[in-house]
Amino acid sequence: MLAWTIYLSFLGAAAMLLLPRGRTASARILALVTAVAGFAITLSYFLQHRTGEMLTIVRVPWVPTLGIEYHLAADGISITLVLLTGIIAISGILFSWNIEERAKEFFAFYLLLIGAVYGVFLSYDLFLLFVFYEIVIIPKYFLIAIWGSTRREYGAMKLALYSFVGSAMVLIGLIAAYVVAGAKTTSLIQLAQFPFSPHFQMGAFPLVFVGFAILAGMWPFHTWAPTGHVAAPTAASMLLAGVVMKLGAYGCLRVAMVLLPLGLGPWGIHVLGLGSWRDVFALLAVIGIIYGASVALVQKDFKFVIGYSSVSHMGFILLGLMTLNQIGISGAVLQMFSHGILAGLLFAVVGRMVYARTHTRDLAALNAMNLHKVIPFAAVTFVIAGIASMGLPGFSGFVAELMILIGVWRAYPLLALCVGFGIIVGVVYIWRAMQNAFFIGPGILPAPPNPPLPPVTIPERIGAVILIASSVLVGFYPQMLLNIVVPALNSPLFNGLHKGSWQ
Amino acid sequence: MIAINDAQLLRLALPEVIVVATALIVMAADFLFLHRFNTRVRFALAAGLGILGCAGAILRIIVAPEVANILNGVLIATPLTHWVQVAILVLTIFTLLLSVDSTFTQHVGEFVLLILVATAGMMFLAGTQDLLVIFISLELLSLSLYILAAFNKSSAQSWEAALKYFLFGGMSAAFLLFGFSLLYGLSNSTSLPLIAAAIHGPALNPLLAIAIVTTAIGLGFKIAAAPFHFWAPDVYQEAPAPSAAFIASGSKVASFFLFFQVMALGFAGAEGSATLHNIVRGWVPVLALMAAISMLLGNLVAIRQSSLRRLLAYSAIAHAGYMLLAIVAHTQQSLAALLYYVTTYALATLGAFAAIAVVERQKGDDQLSSFDGLGRQSPVLSFCLAIFVLSLAGIPPLAGFFAKFYLFVSLLNAAPGSMGLLWLVVLAIAMSAVSLYYYLRVLKRVYVAPPAAGATVIHSPLLTKVIVLVLAAAVAILGCAPQLLLRWIETAIQSSGI
Repeated sequence: MLAWTIYLSFLGAAAMLLLPRGRTASARILALVTAVAGFAITLSYFLQHRTGEMLTIVRVPWVPTLGIEYHLAADGISITLVLLTGIIAISGILFSWNIEERAKEFFAFYLLLIGAVYGVFLSYDLFLLFVFYEIVIIPKYFLIAIWGSTRREYGAMKLALYSFVGSAMVLIGLIAAYVVAGAKTTSLIQLAQFPFSPHFQMGAFPLVFVGFAILAGMWPFHTWAPTGHVAAPTAASMLLAGVVMKLGAYGCLRVAMVLLPLGLGPWGIHVLGLGSWRDVFALLAVIGIIYGASVALVQKDFKFVIGYSSVSHMGFILLGLMTLNQIGISGAVLQMFSHGILAGLLFAVVGRMVYARTHTRDLAALNAMNLHKVIPFAAVTFVIAGIASMGLPGFSGFVAELMILIGVWRAYPLLALCVGFGIIVGVVYIWRAMQNAFFIGPGILPAPPNPPLPPVTIPERIGAVILIASSVLVGFYPQMLLNIVVPALNSPLFNGLHKGSWQ
Repeated sequence: MIAINDAQLLRLALPEVIVVATALIVMAADFLFLHRFNTRVRFALAAGLGILGCAGAILRIIVAPEVANILNGVLIATPLTHWVQVAILVLTIFTLLLSVDSTFTQHVGEFVLLILVATAGMMFLAGTQDLLVIFISLELLSLSLYILAAFNKSSAQSWEAALKYFLFGGMSAAFLLFGFSLLYGLSNSTSLPLIAAAIHGPALNPLLAIAIVTTAIGLGFKIAAAPFHFWAPDVYQEAPAPSAAFIASGSKVASFFLFFQVMALGFAGAEGSATLHNIVRGWVPVLALMAAISMLLGNLVAIRQSSLRRLLAYSAIAHAGYMLLAIVAHTQQSLAALLYYVTTYALATLGAFAAIAVVERQKGDDQLSSFDGLGRQSPVLSFCLAIFVLSLAGIPPLAGFFAKFYLFVSLLNAAPGSMGLLWLVVLAIAMSAVSLYYYLRVLKRVYVAPPAAGATVIHSPLLTKVIVLVLAAAVAILGCAPQLLLRWIETAIQSSGI
């Protein structure tokens, strides 16, 4: 049944192309219905299977010659991310209710992207996973290049090329692993049990991990993220930050770490105090956290603030993965969910509620408009999203980041201190953006926008409420997700990791 | 000497005979009564006849497949040669269908005749393992292609391109003949397996080294591998669209199959090795080098092109580089990968040329700027063009992706237990990341750029539209279910035991 999330999205995209010209309203409704149906399927599956173990949905031979199977399955981690995708898909459509230009094509690309994302999260065959992973690139490119804003063609091309280079690295690693195993199978479960030599794993692990981490915005390969997010239309930046970056993090965990666990082990020598790829990537993740936060602190463009905050928050996820202990990794999965929701919300406020009305994202210009009086709903939403993003208790971000911090404290006490610093900077940049964008500074004459801004519409309100509610729900009752994530992490699939460098 | 029965020979060559006979019939029909109709009808009738002939040949091959080997490979029929011949015939049929809407010539009969004769040449090429027959059929093919390239008599550039093609082709034939003569001198035989048996030895004979290099150069010209690619951009750009499509698709299938056979059969025992830490002299390092140069040059130069046809030419050079990797691997698996690759590549290229032809007819040129806003002027055509281009770029789930995947897997599998050929795979994958850039630039024109002021809806002829849709569907379906094609190829290869 869960497989229908994929098929429905693709069918929806195809149906969109068959709609007659100019039927914008029907296109929107069709897209919304498709997304809601996908989410409903996921939700019912989630409610039925509360154990988090891996269950196969479909498994049929696809290319028997090469042992490739069409294998869809789901465990707790997949379900968490599929739920996230559903929520973001629905709210993304609600926030693009104002798309008038080529709406049919917009929603067709949008649903194609969503379907492929579902596919990645549900694939247990590496070839299949890779196929879905690459399908994502093309709609992403067009969504930005056609409907985007600032330097959209540049941003779109940069994003597409970065993604493609990343997936090329992954492809090299996967083909090498497939050939070395010589087992004529691309099944993740079977290949994960194959004893690859430590030498091979040491070489292939960084390739595959970095390949995926490029899409997760790991420093120094993050530069596509801010430009891409800024150039993208609201719904696309919600998807990008909300789910597409999670694809990268998911790939790191599901493919790189599961397939090549010994690649995380010690090299046996120390270079600049780093003794393994794990140390290297943990360090890069921390640099990403602090760098992203610091750069966000000095941005003049409202959307760039959020773009860099994504880089910072994605650093938490990668760092959580590198802790290699249960609390750290489950925190990372929770952070994937949490950041997906919150980044989606922040981009919705900036892109749809503010930019689509004021046509400027310059913080100084926004300041003079005194927006909290003009569009109070946007101000309230941003304040809530901001404090959630800072990691205040009661929201999903708090639980996730706390778990990651505990994990890091156990694995790398020194880095934990740096992360603490990053969190403080995080508070400051959100505060600064909030103050500047919505609340007029002292001594500035209020210049209310002329003509007056249109009020916040119903779809926007619904979208914002959905996202805030999800974050609060997980914030108050994280067990809801942890109950399925933790068993998944202890499943046989992760045996290699447990036996290797697990702490 | 074994006596051969003429009847048996004729029966074995019947598919080729059917094609040639059809060619003559078309010619005669055109002279006798078709010239009374206007060009469109003439073309439709002549092409229809040609298609009937090709279909007849396919039927003959499929319904009554014969397995034979006459005179040590002068004429060979195995399931594998049948497969290749059918693929060539199918591509010819598509080319003929696409040429129906052309307006560049009044000499319809000659045009169809040349295409069919070239097809017969390709079929002989696939069905032989003898140097003499190889050379003769290659010349038959090439001479027909030179004329086809020059067929637009009103365009001086078309002549120029054809002359360039002819001169380079002639030179390559000379190289090839030189290599063949050395081979004959070394082995006293013209049959590929016998040559292989004769040249087998522990050390590489210097004469053999020369033979390897000249043969590789000669065949490298045919497949437009760098650095022997100079004719390709001009011919792709200036030849009439159906001729260019034919040169880029059908002839590629035949040439690559031939290249594989000559190298893997004729030079068996002189392979050498191209693994990074153990390069041994032989033909494998030569081809590996050629592949690497083609991939680099094709992909990097394609970035700078402003004409879509030239862009396709450079991308063809790059693709020749990828496909050469299959010959470098020279295993059964890599042959299957090569055949899958070259067939799906040919389908995508044919489709792309068909789409370009429609745009050219409306806007007069194939500059990238002419494709601005095509997505809104002709949604169906642009959708198909997007599929072809993305397949060439290797984006799943289209056929181009699986072809690349399979090819790279077979290359790594060729040196079991070692990752020595990994450098070629890394280079190939890195270069295909580069290629995405220029392919996306094309699609950016089609979907992102606004149409030029005053542009109207583009009407593509119904037949072209249908063919393009069929080709796009084939590319998509073969990508989603590669087993459809792969199963045939593999049983053919296994039962032929190459």
